[in-house]
Amino acid sequence: MERSQRFWGWIFIMPLTLGLTIWVAFPLGISLVASTWRWDMIGPPRFIGLGNFITMFTADPLFLQSVIVTLKYTLLSVPLQLLIAFGLALLLTSRVKGIGIYRTVFYIPSLIPVVVSSAMWLWLFDQSFGLFNIILQQLGLPAQGWIFDSGQVIQSLVFMNLWTVGNIVVIFLAGLQGIPRQLREAVSIDGGNLWHEFRHVIVPFMSPVIFYNLVIGLINNLQTFTQPYIMTHGGPSNASLTYLLEIYQQAFQFNKMGYACAMAWVFIIVTMILSAVLFKSSGRWVYYEGGGK
Amino acid sequence: MRFPRAFAFRSLVTVLMMLLSALFLLPFLWQLRSSVMTISEIFASPPGAFPHVPQWRNYVEVFSIMPFARYYLNSLVIVIVNIIGALFANTIIAYGLARLKFRGRTLMFSLSIATLMMPTSITLIPTFIEWHFFHGINTFLPLTVPAFFGNALFIFMLVQFFRGIPLDFDEAAYIDGAKYPQILLHIIVPITRPALAVVAIFTFLGSWNDYLGPLLYLNERRLYTLALGLQSMLSQYTSDWHLLMAAATLVTAPLIILFFLAQKSFVEGLTMGGIKA
Repeated sequence: MERSQRFWGWIFIMPLTLGLTIWVAFPLGISLVASTWRWDMIGPPRFIGLGNFITMFTADPLFLQSVIVTLKYTLLSVPLQLLIAFGLALLLTSRVKGIGIYRTVFYIPSLIPVVVSSAMWLWLFDQSFGLFNIILQQLGLPAQGWIFDSGQVIQSLVFMNLWTVGNIVVIFLAGLQGIPRQLREAVSIDGGNLWHEFRHVIVPFMSPVIFYNLVIGLINNLQTFTQPYIMTHGGPSNASLTYLLEIYQQAFQFNKMGYACAMAWVFIIVTMILSAVLFKSSGRWVYYEGGGK
Repeated sequence: MRFPRAFAFRSLVTVLMMLLSALFLLPFLWQLRSSVMTISEIFASPPGAFPHVPQWRNYVEVFSIMPFARYYLNSLVIVIVNIIGALFANTIIAYGLARLKFRGRTLMFSLSIATLMMPTSITLIPTFIEWHFFHGINTFLPLTVPAFFGNALFIFMLVQFFRGIPLDFDEAAYIDGAKYPQILLHIIVPITRPALAVVAIFTFLGSWNDYLGPLLYLNERRLYTLALGLQSMLSQYTSDWHLLMAAATLVTAPLIILFFLAQKSFVEGLTMGGIKA
């Protein structure tokens, strides 16, 4: 039985073993080697050592621009996403009629392809005939530039992204539903109000879920690509040139494969440091049941 | 004193929910409204809220200006192969990791989990280089083959599920002379249906909605998926918003139908691992 388990065990996980080799180990290796190359995928590669990294930090204004854009977008988007998703999830725990319908309505936008939502919002943002400016004009307010204005494009994309918080809402909601009712009721028995219940029961109990959504949210938002690629092409004047969009352009429009790989390594190192910091800080504010960490 | 306050609170929440729902639905309503208008109604000023006569023929016209039927077929083929691959690979991998004892399984499980934290942007270009050398560009292979190697999130989810099934099931069958593949197929898989439904649905969602993959690997028009087709239409018919919105609706419709058919699995899947579609 033991031998049979060992034999079949390795047979069964064969796809995983191969997959980790072909889709993780090899790519990481290729990428690391290519990051030291100047290479257009057609001619032979030329070894330039740390040349790509040096260029990036000293002689590439677009690199710096994409870092700034990505940070601006992420720092605005993630907190707002978490706050709004948490608020909506809290609302969905109240006992009003038709809760299932509201839940569905909040969730559906996160289901549709990003290409579709990009097309929809491109039209919503249209300066003369889009819904948003029509509403503003009806209210007697001045029309806005939205994604066509370099000063508003980031905020507009974040606004659009908030429309798709539904999947975060569902995760928060599942967490909220896991809070024992006695715990919430105990607060009001002890004379506490809704704020006390929120501060001393809901937030501590939900902290692992908040932490999870924070980490996933950061990784996802830092990799924003499709919306700026389709809607603004990174513009106007590179105001929405996200980091992944810049990697894509370097690799597939300028054929600088080595440079793009180097950029990807900078990205993974930064995200690893960020995750490490978050995990370290989590000991202070994330509570796990039973006290284990 | 308490009752009226609770009532007032509940009414307030209801009103708030209705307002928020309207806000979330607004983009869809705008899309549907635009999709059945004439071009002159789209650009009328002042703009009207509704079309004079709903132009359902816009939906037909989409199929004549773009090979949308072809795109549907391409997307469907890719989705189906992905589902087959995902169901097969994730099930056997998770079974091996969760229910068979052998040295190295903990390590392999940890490695698999570790890839969850790895941003996809790091493997994007080297994977493209690999496919370039395998002559996989302009084929569906790069968009389908990876499914047959499992997905860390689904493996994790299924391992959790499998661990909840008593081991006696396998042992009894083993003593009766069954081999492990038979045990998996005849005993474990039937109990695992709900979790497998989650895998199938989220695989559907992931590959139907995938944009970056087709963008990198498919350059020939006849190979385009719906996502890519819509984007190329967007760059060709920049101001035909009535047709673009009809096309957008056509791309979304299968997902909405799938959602209403399998709402329960959607919620289960999200709460099992928070899959970002």
